[in-house]
Amino acid sequence: MSYTLHHPKWHRNAKPIFWWIRRWAYIGFIFRELTSVAVAYFAILLILIYRSVQSGPEAYAELLQSLSQPSMIALHTVALLTVMYHSITWFNLSPKAMVVRLGRWRVPDLMIAGGNYAAWFAISATIAWLYVAG
Amino acid sequence: MSTIKNCNDPFWWTLFGAGGALSAMFVPVLLFLTGVATPLGWVEGPSFANLSDVLLHPITRLGAFALISFSFFHWAHRFRFTLYDGLQLKHLYQLIAVMCYGGAIVGSLVAGFVLW
Repeated sequence: MSYTLHHPKWHRNAKPIFWWIRRWAYIGFIFRELTSVAVAYFAILLILIYRSVQSGPEAYAELLQSLSQPSMIALHTVALLTVMYHSITWFNLSPKAMVVRLGRWRVPDLMIAGGNYAAWFAISATIAWLYVAG
Repeated sequence: MSTIKNCNDPFWWTLFGAGGALSAMFVPVLLFLTGVATPLGWVEGPSFANLSDVLLHPITRLGAFALISFSFFHWAHRFRFTLYDGLQLKHLYQLIAVMCYGGAIVGSLVAGFVLW
């Protein structure tokens, strides 16, 4: 016996492109997703830093020069706030994504998020110390 | 019924998660130091000799490569779904997926090329 495949058109309500502008929670969601652009931007910046360091002191001095232009500082301030929003939302969500059990005891959400924040602080402090001391 | 679900999702999600965690831990302090604090003169950056010693150390290179590459894949995954859901572009899902993950792969290759 043969069947004819039937492909019904599913009914969908057309949603406007800017549906997420209607509520703060939705705007926060879209902004959280867009923090990934700042993350990718920093990855590119790190490649540029590597390239200049490998090219020698002159190239590195040139990079430092361009990084100290007001427009670049402004861009990086915005990018910094954006990636901090990424970090905070990431650590707050981490207990939801990572359920840790020790035997039958489930490690409380607050401890997992707290552990993340503690690691964040320790890593940031160590890097800052190395950078300033270097 | 066509859905966006595809069988590689756990794979991409793992890269997304690794990039999200690494970038959440490392990017704010690095961006603050290099992009804001040093240009504004709040701190004095390391000398070129010390900086290149640290950055070009094999372990640092490996760590930096992981940070860069996973960050690109983190972006790819998030940006992909932002375009799907935020801009209602579900009908372009194949093109968007190829552009996003392809971009991350190209970015990782460039990073590997520059770092070594």
